[in-house]
Amino acid sequence: MRKLYHRIIQISGNVITVEAENVTYNELAEVTSTRGTSLAQVIRLDKGRVSLQVFAGSRGVATDSQVRFLGHPMRVSATENLLGRIFSGNGVPRDKGPALKDNLIDIGGPSVNPANRVIPRNMIRTGIPMIDVFNTLVESQKLPIFSVAGEPYNELLARIAMQAEVDCIILGGMGLKYDDFLTLRDTLDEHGALSRSVMFIHTAADPVVECLLVPDMALAVAEHYAVAGQRVLVLLTDMTNFADAMKEIAITMEQIPSNRGYPGDLYSQLASRYEKAVDFEGAGSITILAVTTMPGDDVTHPVPDNTGYITEGQFYLVRGRIEPFGSLSRLKQQVNKDTRDDHRAIMDTMIRLYAEYRESLEKQSMGFRMSQWDEKLLRYGERFEARMMDLSVNIPLEEALDLGWQTLAECFEPAEVGVKTDLVNRFWPKKD
Amino acid sequence: MTEQQHQGRVVGVNGNMVSVAFDTSVIQNEVAYVVVGDTRLKSEVIRVRGNEADLQVFESTNGIRVGDTVEFSRELLSVELGPGLLTQVFDGLQNPLPRLAEQAGFFLQRGLYVQPLDRERRWAYTPKAAVGDTLRPGDTVGSAPEGIFEHRIMVPFAWSGEWQVTWTAPAGELTVVDPVAKVSNGSEERNVTMLQTWPVKIPITNYKQRLFPRDTLVTNIRCIDTFFPVAKGGTFCTPGPFGAGKTVLQHALSRRSEVDIVIVAACGERAGEVVEVLREFPHLEDPRTGRSLMDRTIIICNTSSMPVAAREASIYTSVTLAEYYRQMGLHVLLLADSTSRWAQALREMSGRLEEIPGEEAFPAYLESLVAGFYERAGLVELNDGSRGSITIGGAVSPAGGNFEEPVTQATLKVVGSFLGLSRERSNARRYPAVHPLESWSKYRSVVAAKDLDRARQILRSGNEVDQMMKVVGEEGTPTDDFVVYLKSELLDAVYLQQSFFDEADADCPAEKQVYCFAKVLAVLDAKFQFTDKADARSFFHKMRQAFLDWNSSLWKTDSFTKAEAAIDRLIQTGLNA
Repeated sequence: MRKLYHRIIQISGNVITVEAENVTYNELAEVTSTRGTSLAQVIRLDKGRVSLQVFAGSRGVATDSQVRFLGHPMRVSATENLLGRIFSGNGVPRDKGPALKDNLIDIGGPSVNPANRVIPRNMIRTGIPMIDVFNTLVESQKLPIFSVAGEPYNELLARIAMQAEVDCIILGGMGLKYDDFLTLRDTLDEHGALSRSVMFIHTAADPVVECLLVPDMALAVAEHYAVAGQRVLVLLTDMTNFADAMKEIAITMEQIPSNRGYPGDLYSQLASRYEKAVDFEGAGSITILAVTTMPGDDVTHPVPDNTGYITEGQFYLVRGRIEPFGSLSRLKQQVNKDTRDDHRAIMDTMIRLYAEYRESLEKQSMGFRMSQWDEKLLRYGERFEARMMDLSVNIPLEEALDLGWQTLAECFEPAEVGVKTDLVNRFWPKKD
Repeated sequence: MTEQQHQGRVVGVNGNMVSVAFDTSVIQNEVAYVVVGDTRLKSEVIRVRGNEADLQVFESTNGIRVGDTVEFSRELLSVELGPGLLTQVFDGLQNPLPRLAEQAGFFLQRGLYVQPLDRERRWAYTPKAAVGDTLRPGDTVGSAPEGIFEHRIMVPFAWSGEWQVTWTAPAGELTVVDPVAKVSNGSEERNVTMLQTWPVKIPITNYKQRLFPRDTLVTNIRCIDTFFPVAKGGTFCTPGPFGAGKTVLQHALSRRSEVDIVIVAACGERAGEVVEVLREFPHLEDPRTGRSLMDRTIIICNTSSMPVAAREASIYTSVTLAEYYRQMGLHVLLLADSTSRWAQALREMSGRLEEIPGEEAFPAYLESLVAGFYERAGLVELNDGSRGSITIGGAVSPAGGNFEEPVTQATLKVVGSFLGLSRERSNARRYPAVHPLESWSKYRSVVAAKDLDRARQILRSGNEVDQMMKVVGEEGTPTDDFVVYLKSELLDAVYLQQSFFDEADADCPAEKQVYCFAKVLAVLDAKFQFTDKADARSFFHKMRQAFLDWNSSLWKTDSFTKAEAAIDRLIQTGLNA
């Protein structure tokens, strides 16, 4: 039996300090107070003084509350039994199922050796033309969805989760509104995707420290599955809440803030999570899609800014649509050469024409006269938005490409679109 | 003193910083190992206060407890220098990553260290110095071919004074630890091996003198070599917001620069980017040597999810390797992507040390460290009269794309060329997104200065007209001004912009740049006659198309000549109209 400690000498925010011996850095402890027992993690050792971050918060912790060290860091059970289950941030079941204790693995494990990575090569089909055609999602990619509060980003996540051709889905919810959690769960359930999903959910009402654990729990499980050969899709929402939780803890610990109160290691902290996205040679893969809400719709805010430097592109979700400008999949070039010969041409041409449409629209709104070319563009732009950008459109890539040609043919002459002649000859819809 | 005596005990852990109580003496910046069970975690002494030393640990500190043993090594953080460094992929502490993968599998294993240089491999050694010769540190003892280079074996840089050769190994196949010579300074005889070590944070200065970097380093990137050149032995930086194409630019530089050796320091960036270099370079041919590009490349790779303290070290490791090859009279290009991540590593450590923060919580000594790093670049004359150089190019990732932040500003003070990448240009798909009006360079261009001034003037005037047109519209702009605008757009489209994915366009040696620039200038200087703006626009559209065809045809081929003739005809049409 491990020794119990009763002398808590400091309580500040969610961090308590206790005098104890033989404690290892990052290990877990159980803190028993009048409010029950909570897990806590060692975050600083200073001679005999041990600082612990109490997962359930320090409310109700007495100076003589009981602290028992467990001798191991935070772990999660990684087995097939997790599928279909829902847990809280610290791994306690949220559904009515039993707690899992088998095959416990440490969370926040070491980085993948860069020498063992391979160049990503497989497209993930989502049925969303704005993704499949224009910014193709690639297996092992890490991509954030930049959005603002009120946008349907969770709906988009759920749609991708249901339609993506992956073996299992791990959803990490951070600071989720309870309603959003229910919606996500029910949507996955309705479409039969729940049985191949694992959820780690921290809701807005849960203790903030548990929020910090969510990505590590989700990614540790994902890594376990991927090494075993599965293609795993990890969905995280919302990483801004995760960053805010880090900020809260850092300030409690009296760390010197760097930018807008965020700790100096924000970049490293985010990167160590996102970099878990990987394609293992001879095994499975991890793909990460993460919602990052931009406070004040400001992309230079530290969280989206640091995220942008880490991830391989980004989707901007604006007014319920994936914005064609600004959105980028850095890995699309790796896969869109092998899909269909006209993929890149359609991708470039349609976006270029859509940019021209936006210019015409601007001219129109300023009251300039519309030329014949402007009229064509206006017709094209409306169709592009309805057929490609509308998120309710759900068609496979090939159909989307065909629809692209059809749209071009309806609005323009072949010579006007600037596509190489041999592609026009092959793909331009023939008039009956 | 025996090693046993240099020990300490852990008294505190905070993130990757460990405080250690010691009894004897410690050396600032010496390497120490924290013993956790069976693993020894490499760390570095970064502060000493009373009988406590603060260590930054190059690994995760999980599981360390108060009272754990710490072994001090009495040696500063050093790298191994010798044949076999080229083509390798190291982490920030010079562990070869592929060898780590062989031993540990998919994941990096804590406390696993591998010798950087293969002790078994044999090199064809040829002695150069004779018995009786007097040598100084850095002087050549012999050589061994390493790929396409004559790898000089030198008297270790760390030895001081003059040494007389008392024995030399005959030519033959030797390993890096076999003695190749014995030297004596009168009181002591030492073995010289092909392997020597050097502390990374101290510059190697065994040369006669530093020279002014005069020659242009041809990168084959038009907007750099012509407009914002870099010199062999100079420094430059490429700050830019995310998505502006820093990485593509760095890749192009690493592939096409006309230097002997390229060292890529992937410091705190995505692993995926290194993987592309790692997997593609062995299959790409270096047009200058006909060998694989990997043969002239060393990759130092400490990506964003690898331990932060090792990221700090990786910058120093890479520049030390660069200095080593410079000592052989070679021209080395060091590309550091990104120095902002290095600065952030410094910031994290400074925060843990509870130092008084400077701007944006970066340490107050950030500027001197940035300056110290870039000052390790330079063109030098070695003791034997040959010349070697290090050119340093640092990518900077400013928060929010704002160049006012401390790292960009500290860098701008010490570099000779500033290639500012702009989001505006990258959004408009104008690559490379080097901003032609904001960037600057103090080095010499491949084209004549007065020609360059004319081109710059066109860019500036064109921009003014463009701004004006946004207010008064195209109809309110005089045709002459409109033509200036079209000329600046042409210069941008056919000369500043360049596709690195098109073989013909990407390949732009100095000779070709001089030739093509003269042609573009001829168009800029020409006084064309146009009836109206639509006429002018359509003319310049044709001109642009003609130049783009020219750019995409290989230098000195028939199609190149043909495309050039088309341009000449167009110029004539424009003049005669």
